[in-house]
Amino acid sequence: MNRRFFTYVPDPFLMVLLLLLIAFGLVVLYSAGGMVLVERQAVRIGLGLTSLYFITQIRPERFEQFTPFIYIGSVMLLIAVFFFGISVKGAQRWLDLGISIQPSELCKISLPMMVAWLFRHTTLPPNWKYLMAAAAVIGICTGLIYKQPDLGTSILVTASGLFVIFLAGISWRFILGSSILVALSAPLLWHFLHEYQKQRVLMFLNPEADPLNYGWNIIQSKIAIGSGGFWGKGWTTGSQTQLDFLPEHSTDFILSVLSEEFGFFGVLILFSLYFMIIMRCLFIAQQAKNTYNRLVCGALTLIFFVYITINAGMISGVLPVVGVPLPLVSYGGTSVLTLLVSFGIITSVHSHKKLIQQ
Amino acid sequence: MGKQLKQPFHEKRIFTERIIVAVIIVSLIFLLLLSRYFYLQVIQHQTYSEQAEQNKIKFSRIDPTRGLVYDRNGVLLAENITTYKLQFTAEKVKDLDQKLVDIQSIVSMTKEELLRIKEQLKYNPVFKPLTIKAKLSEQQVAEFAVQKHHYPGFNIEPYLNRKYLHPIEFSHLLGYVGKINQAEFDRQDHEIYANDDYFGKTGIEKYYEKQLHGIPGQLVTEINAQGKQLSQQIKKPPINGVNLNLTIDLQLQKASYKAFGEETGAAIAVNPQNGEILAMISKPGYDTNQFIYGISQNNYDALSTSSEKPLFDRSIKGGYEPGSTIKPYIALAGLYHQLITPEFTMFSNGYYQLPKQKRRYHDWKQGGHGHVNLVNSLAESVNVFFYDLAVKLGIDNIHAFLNPFNFGRLTGIDISGEKQGILPSRAWKKANRDMIWFPGETVITGIGQGYFVITPVQMAQALSILASKGKINPLHLVQQDKPSNNTLPFEIKAAHWETVHEGMTSVINAPNGTARAIKSTDYLIAGKSGTSQVYGKSEEDIYKKNDELPKHLRNHALFIAFAPVEQPEIAVVVVAEHGASGTKAAAPIAREIIDFYMQSTYSEPKALDEAITQLGGTGQYNNEPDNE
Repeated sequence: MNRRFFTYVPDPFLMVLLLLLIAFGLVVLYSAGGMVLVERQAVRIGLGLTSLYFITQIRPERFEQFTPFIYIGSVMLLIAVFFFGISVKGAQRWLDLGISIQPSELCKISLPMMVAWLFRHTTLPPNWKYLMAAAAVIGICTGLIYKQPDLGTSILVTASGLFVIFLAGISWRFILGSSILVALSAPLLWHFLHEYQKQRVLMFLNPEADPLNYGWNIIQSKIAIGSGGFWGKGWTTGSQTQLDFLPEHSTDFILSVLSEEFGFFGVLILFSLYFMIIMRCLFIAQQAKNTYNRLVCGALTLIFFVYITINAGMISGVLPVVGVPLPLVSYGGTSVLTLLVSFGIITSVHSHKKLIQQ
Repeated sequence: MGKQLKQPFHEKRIFTERIIVAVIIVSLIFLLLLSRYFYLQVIQHQTYSEQAEQNKIKFSRIDPTRGLVYDRNGVLLAENITTYKLQFTAEKVKDLDQKLVDIQSIVSMTKEELLRIKEQLKYNPVFKPLTIKAKLSEQQVAEFAVQKHHYPGFNIEPYLNRKYLHPIEFSHLLGYVGKINQAEFDRQDHEIYANDDYFGKTGIEKYYEKQLHGIPGQLVTEINAQGKQLSQQIKKPPINGVNLNLTIDLQLQKASYKAFGEETGAAIAVNPQNGEILAMISKPGYDTNQFIYGISQNNYDALSTSSEKPLFDRSIKGGYEPGSTIKPYIALAGLYHQLITPEFTMFSNGYYQLPKQKRRYHDWKQGGHGHVNLVNSLAESVNVFFYDLAVKLGIDNIHAFLNPFNFGRLTGIDISGEKQGILPSRAWKKANRDMIWFPGETVITGIGQGYFVITPVQMAQALSILASKGKINPLHLVQQDKPSNNTLPFEIKAAHWETVHEGMTSVINAPNGTARAIKSTDYLIAGKSGTSQVYGKSEEDIYKKNDELPKHLRNHALFIAFAPVEQPEIAVVVVAEHGASGTKAAAPIAREIIDFYMQSTYSEPKALDEAITQLGGTGQYNNEPDNE
């Protein structure tokens, strides 16, 4: 038992990169929110890294085996939220918010696992029957999360499922065709958006129209980033951050803090770390011993990448505000835990890749 | 289908190809992002640096003050009081758990409250203040001020909050405000509402939310590079909410509530000359002030599950059969259609039968009332007279005649939540029951029974039209200038109005009147009692007398009245739930309300002896009718 749980050291190369990223994140968080937040975040990161270590010890066959149960479990939780959420609506908002967050986070892992599980024995690229099954599996999760309503997360969860299909080798013609179809149905989708969601998209197109709310946030964020210059204003001395012009500076807008205080140089370092992490994970995926492992690792990595893109794009004014944290840097427990569990799965795949040959 | 077998190497090749594509896309997007940051931080650096330098001005919101509510005499009903709340900003507090324990030496918290704060902490952004206690006592404010140094990150924030001065009597009429919820917030203009604003949830507060709320202003604060505040200036002053002057008389409202004693129900007093509502209550009321700071689950459950239904606004939502209070209107319809004249008499032998049918429709008095004319039939509430008249009129005429009196239609009163009710007709029955109309149903329509569902406010609107002899003044609660010149769509002769008024006057003032017990010697009151049947009785309960039934199965008691008859100034509708008898339970309440109004309006009572003698002097009768 002991031997089994302490045999595998998570991929040292990836771990070094992750720890560097986390350390950098905490340094920025100190400037954005003070020691109190750093301490609290450190506890969560400790918990996340411990989970990562233990997950590494588990053989990927186990995940594969339990995938349908994990998926069904997370769908049940989503349904529970749906019913429970309605009965308390209007009474206490925090309760409503509180419960709805957890299962949809879980879906970001369980959905790609489930789609990969569907494809595990078929020949690749999958035929249309498997694609229909995958579409159903994705649709259930997305629909339930969209109903909560949480547009941002439902888009991310859909993407995590689509990545698996992409990696499974679906034909380019099919990808092109679907993209055109989605583009054409955009006006229809617009119809399904809530009023405040429409407002955010409109605000993104014209931030000056709403200078006091979300538009204000983006303007202030761009000033913070731009005024940072190449070398930055220096740690804990960014005026935008310290004088509270920058909104939500320890959560969604923490990259603006980094940009202001560490300049383009800091951004370069951060992006390099992210880039190397992604490349390492994609390499692990490529080396993995079977379809399931490859698809899961690949999709989890790409969703991590999407997080970075959306957050970095949003705060610099090239994407609409959807409230996505900067992975492993933003203050907040849920996303750190989910991400480190995903990395745990990836390091597990890496540690067990040679087992068959032994 | 040659690809049935797995081809590991082929698949690995496909996957590797996809990974390469992914690497290319990831690299490209990273390059794009980097170029965006390069553009902002290196190329545009100068511009943004200057903006950051100038960025010493902060905008913040100045909340408008919510409009006050006064009664018709300028007495305050709803005001705003300065309240202090204790809050903390999570990112500025060290060792939060310990501090939250320590602070309880100043403000006590229940386990439930502490749990709620802990839960909120998870989702509230750390830089946003979180409220511990929405309402502090003066002593708590003082204690905190002394120990402030011990609690960095905690602060006390003053803010204006709603207070209702007579919450019980006005709970349904004024309603209450509470924190705006997400659904309400999404529908509002975000320039005007903040997401933690107060919002009218029921009653006047809801109906007049827009006017009462006001428009926020903007505060400009200038700070220096060290973050020190240099100046503060109002860029745009807030536009405070409009004050409302109600038509309600506070004293009459309180007297009306008190007149109910132990009974529950609703009462509405209006001035039929202009449609002003002088008093409008639904009993029991409840303390609306406890909703403002967020009512505890226990208290809310107690209110919502109480058998007396205090949260239910009977005055605009309660649906009742009008019972015999419909008779004056039926009488008017008969006169208008020339089916009867004021002189017409008939013989009441105690029951009515439709031709060729066995079923007997009874009078409340065994053996009948003998020879009666219209005035007597109203005074004694002779059912047979109105069974016969209803059948002669037919349901279509009855419906067409009652409709303009606002039965079964929204009155449009300026308060939220009014229910429509039902004025039965052939069309209604076809649409809702998918059945044809039966002649027997016309019979009982004549005494206000059957499919009727009428709200007290509709009864009050109808009575106002009846008392003012055909003037339609829409009922309202907030004073307005525009007079209404509406009249009924048909013209009713003055003599016909007189006859019906005389009949209603006899109900109270004639020796044979059913409600002679409430007769006043100071002024002439006209009225009519009614009984609204309560359904759901068991077979054996149906034959029991009301007194023998448990309270919740007894019929509702109704009374409508107006005074003085010559020039009505007040018209009153009273519904005493499960009061059993309109004359016994509802009529005294109506009398008390009218008395209070007349005494406070006229110091000297009007002498009306002459009129009273004309109607046959003062009779001394002991056998009071039990059923109208």
